[in-house]
Amino acid sequence: MRHTKKDWLLAGLTGLSLAVILLLLAVLLGQIIWHGAPVISAEFLTEKPGADMISGGIWPAIYGTVFMTLLMTLAGVPVGIATAIFLNEYASPRSRIAKVVRLAVNNLAGVPSIVFGLFGLGFFIIFVGGSIDSLLYDDPTPVWGKPSILWASLTLAVLTLPVVIVTTEEALRTVPRELRDASLALGATRFQTVYKIVLPNAKGGILTGVILAVSRGAGEVAPIIFCGAANFLPYLPTDLRDMFMHLGYHVYALATQSPNVDAAQPTLFGTVLVLLVLTFSLNLLAVIIRARSRAALRP
Amino acid sequence: MTEQVLDAGDGHAPAVNSRRRTTLRPRRPKSKLASSFQTPLWHRVAERTIAVLALAAIAAIALIFVFIAREAVPMFWEVEFAEEVELRDLFLAKEWKGYDEPVFIWQPVGEPAKFNVVPLFVGSLKVTFLAMLMSVPLGIGCAMFIALYAPRAVREIVKPAIELLAGIPSVVLGFFALMVLASWAQAAFGFHFRLNAVVAAIGLALTIVPVIFTIAEDAIQSVPQTLTEAALALGARKYQVALRVVLPAALPGIAAGVVLGFGRAIGETMIVLMASGNAAIMEVFDFTTSVRTVTATIAAELGEVAQGDPHWRVLFLLGVMLFGVTFVLNIVGDLAIRRLQKKLTAES
Repeated sequence: MRHTKKDWLLAGLTGLSLAVILLLLAVLLGQIIWHGAPVISAEFLTEKPGADMISGGIWPAIYGTVFMTLLMTLAGVPVGIATAIFLNEYASPRSRIAKVVRLAVNNLAGVPSIVFGLFGLGFFIIFVGGSIDSLLYDDPTPVWGKPSILWASLTLAVLTLPVVIVTTEEALRTVPRELRDASLALGATRFQTVYKIVLPNAKGGILTGVILAVSRGAGEVAPIIFCGAANFLPYLPTDLRDMFMHLGYHVYALATQSPNVDAAQPTLFGTVLVLLVLTFSLNLLAVIIRARSRAALRP
Repeated sequence: MTEQVLDAGDGHAPAVNSRRRTTLRPRRPKSKLASSFQTPLWHRVAERTIAVLALAAIAAIALIFVFIAREAVPMFWEVEFAEEVELRDLFLAKEWKGYDEPVFIWQPVGEPAKFNVVPLFVGSLKVTFLAMLMSVPLGIGCAMFIALYAPRAVREIVKPAIELLAGIPSVVLGFFALMVLASWAQAAFGFHFRLNAVVAAIGLALTIVPVIFTIAEDAIQSVPQTLTEAALALGARKYQVALRVVLPAALPGIAAGVVLGFGRAIGETMIVLMASGNAAIMEVFDFTTSVRTVTATIAAELGEVAQGDPHWRVLFLLGVMLFGVTFVLNIVGDLAIRRLQKKLTAES
């Protein structure tokens, strides 16, 4: 095929836009690694922050982030996988219930993260927590009806639900129809087919989706601002009703509320780098598992 | 099969779609061998649990709306609210004491407190508009380059790179905009305010480009090969095929990407909270002043307000409005994607 000047122009312009994005990405990562890497040390990762929040380490924030992420996964992932199984294996795609569920999932994915924060506050803390308190205790000091790691995790579980559902459904769709038909033809029930044939074959894809959702949830800050993240808390959360420190929230608080941002800068870059490494290693894990499961599905 | 032996008639009707099976199958005698073919109880329990859990997404949407609205709507009848705020002052300009013309002001700690939401929505739209101005051409450009021009090797590198960008937490992008971009932009353009709408918009664009790119690239890839081949066979040049055949055919998908990107931008919180400067100035056309968006206002102010306070109610009202806006945008985007799928399946 011959290329004219206009062809080169279009290729050049579109290529330029790609170059701009890749350049910005490279600058972002470069800056964070360049300024953040020298800060990382064993003490930085394992020690508690000093009273000025700048000296010392960020261990409570790492611990809080991981703890919250685990709780979120436990609460949200089973529900997400069940929804995907229902949509893909049980409901007929044209049925009204499947359409409504799909619409709800798509909309849930588009709800702004700060609205999830309001939801966590209005529903989990004030309504659920408040109701538990008024049922169990006469004392007006809130026990459950206050920000805590439990409510933050549940809020994020709702936020990550659509990610789990969409990616699990994709994974279920890659399982060939013939496998299901063969299983059903041999007399297996629908549930046996799902449980013994479909799920084992879709395992890799589902795991990928779960990890992507977890990585998304680990980095979200807006929903947990009012739901349990603490500005400065030099001890580790031991109870579900404790507040907790979070890497992302720590970055936000330190960058915007610190009296001396210049002095806080090294700590900030170090914290950002740790958060990025955490989310990226999760993403990388997802990519590797996806590649492997695709290779396994090929005949 | 080694599952538990169970009686078929224990009153548990199997859930979802399996009703036909049980009615057709004759009831088996209670021998151990025969009943081992019955569905074990836990299968039926699991099926029913799946059907119930599948409603969680619907429940979540409903609960979100109800419980945010629950904190906002008492403003319409509460006496404490009426004493402090007039409802029409939330949306209309008012000539406050000391001002010589009606103005829109958001000043929740002022005396009297002024809760006009218009400056906040102007701020949100301003930042979003700027971010879209940058990210729509960039996103579509990237998608076209990848789908039409890039060699396979480039594609294999770029797609994971953009996924990587999409995976960066927004607080990190906000931090990058605040610490690095703001200083560079001020040095380059001489902004009076270090944090302003432009800086926040650049940060925002970094989150929206992956959204637009992914959906636009999908749409371009799904244009049937037969269309492009037919155009090439008729003697069209490659750029003509790209601009006059592929792009129009993929337009509904690209539009969906833009709409969903817009929804993401207007709801994004951490980037604007950190990098926009957060001054609620009612200034529609000057993009170099600092702005305060709806999302940033909620995030920054709710922590300091007592539950049930008029200020609290107004912040939840902002949440309801935000939820409404993104809800509509999502449905529009969804319809556009569905229309594209219908169009393309009808054509091929």
